[in-house]
Amino acid sequence: MSRYLLDKFLFTVDRDPELTERYREDPAGTVTWWEQERANTLLNCTPAERTTWLAFTDEERRALAGHDHVTLFELGAHPFLTLTLFIALFERDHGPMEYQRAYAKAIAHIPMPYPDITT
Amino acid sequence: MAELVAVIASTHHPFFYRASTATGADRPPFADEWVAKIEAFRETLTRAEPDVLVMVGSDHFHQLWLDNMPQFLVGKAPFFDANWHNEEREFGLPRMTLRGEEDLAAHILRDGLDRDFDLAFSNELRIDHSITCPIITLRPQADLPIVPVYTNIFAPPMPQPKRFVQLGRALREMVESWESDKRVAIIGTGHLSLELGGPRQFGEHGPDPEFDRKAVEWIASGDIEGCLAEVTLESLHHPGNATHGFMDFMLMMGAAGEGQRADHVDTLDLFHTMEAYFTWYPNGAPAPREATAAGAEQRA
Repeated sequence: MSRYLLDKFLFTVDRDPELTERYREDPAGTVTWWEQERANTLLNCTPAERTTWLAFTDEERRALAGHDHVTLFELGAHPFLTLTLFIALFERDHGPMEYQRAYAKAIAHIPMPYPDITT
Repeated sequence: MAELVAVIASTHHPFFYRASTATGADRPPFADEWVAKIEAFRETLTRAEPDVLVMVGSDHFHQLWLDNMPQFLVGKAPFFDANWHNEEREFGLPRMTLRGEEDLAAHILRDGLDRDFDLAFSNELRIDHSITCPIITLRPQADLPIVPVYTNIFAPPMPQPKRFVQLGRALREMVESWESDKRVAIIGTGHLSLELGGPRQFGEHGPDPEFDRKAVEWIASGDIEGCLAEVTLESLHHPGNATHGFMDFMLMMGAAGEGQRADHVDTLDLFHTMEAYFTWYPNGAPAPREATAAGAEQRA
């Protein structure tokens, strides 16, 4: 399980407006590209100084490709990162607070304690 | 030595800026009451006539990230740009630039290290809404130099609650040992019960009104001992999954001191979260500004 990489995907896509739109329009393609090109980029370093070992599990890849915030929550992706990015992706299609409330309802069946988010 | 003229603790609701500036049909029904409470709160800082603001907050995965995560970090730079793309996008927050008070930052770093707080530092820090929200509410002219102090309330593992209290106590001592004639206010923002990205988010109230009631009483009465007896890293999961931000309130209780009753206490029950505002005057409450102005005229 690679919670850190899930968080890194959410973090890097959220902060880049073009990437946010690309992920909205083509989630599966964006996840494939990101895992190949970006997953092993060290964020504060030159492109040559890459890491070599980061990869998603099949379940993580599917959750991201499916815009599946319920599974992301269950996998322990940081809830603030998921929420912030998903609001950017989908709030525009809904009335005020409608998306945020539906988002909560979709995970209402998940009992406490919530999945661990420690990386 | 510098004088600590006010200790201020507050929530940092990113929607205040938009709610308070909205007009017509866009203005939410609670905006006027919210603005009135903020203006009364702002007056508590204005009356203290500060020269410098120490601003305690928490980066929300903006500049600080999981590849290099400090627990406590002090910003030491001549300027701090502020607010980030996703805060502009989601909350409509404006871009800002604040001046830094490098001399006090250097003093806090040296003195903090010598007090066994292994503080990280940043010489180029873009700050986020945990610090700009209280600037917008308490000092909207954004004219005073700041020293940002970031805490990790966001990415486990986090320091224990007692460590936040200890840092607050130390921060006060550090301010009071700064060789300067400046008047300093310490302002910190955190959360009461809060859920973000979980099943209990965006409800009619905060996710745990009972926790909020107890928390406000702990803070207002300066009951650090009672608070520490109940609050643990584990217990903070129960009132809401983002409630670890309450530890920044505990830091401010440490700065205010055990048993110190706040001079100003106010709350506002909003959807999603309860707002809470506290001011302490360590050296006694300053006279209301009207009275001060009248006194000055009499003396003239």
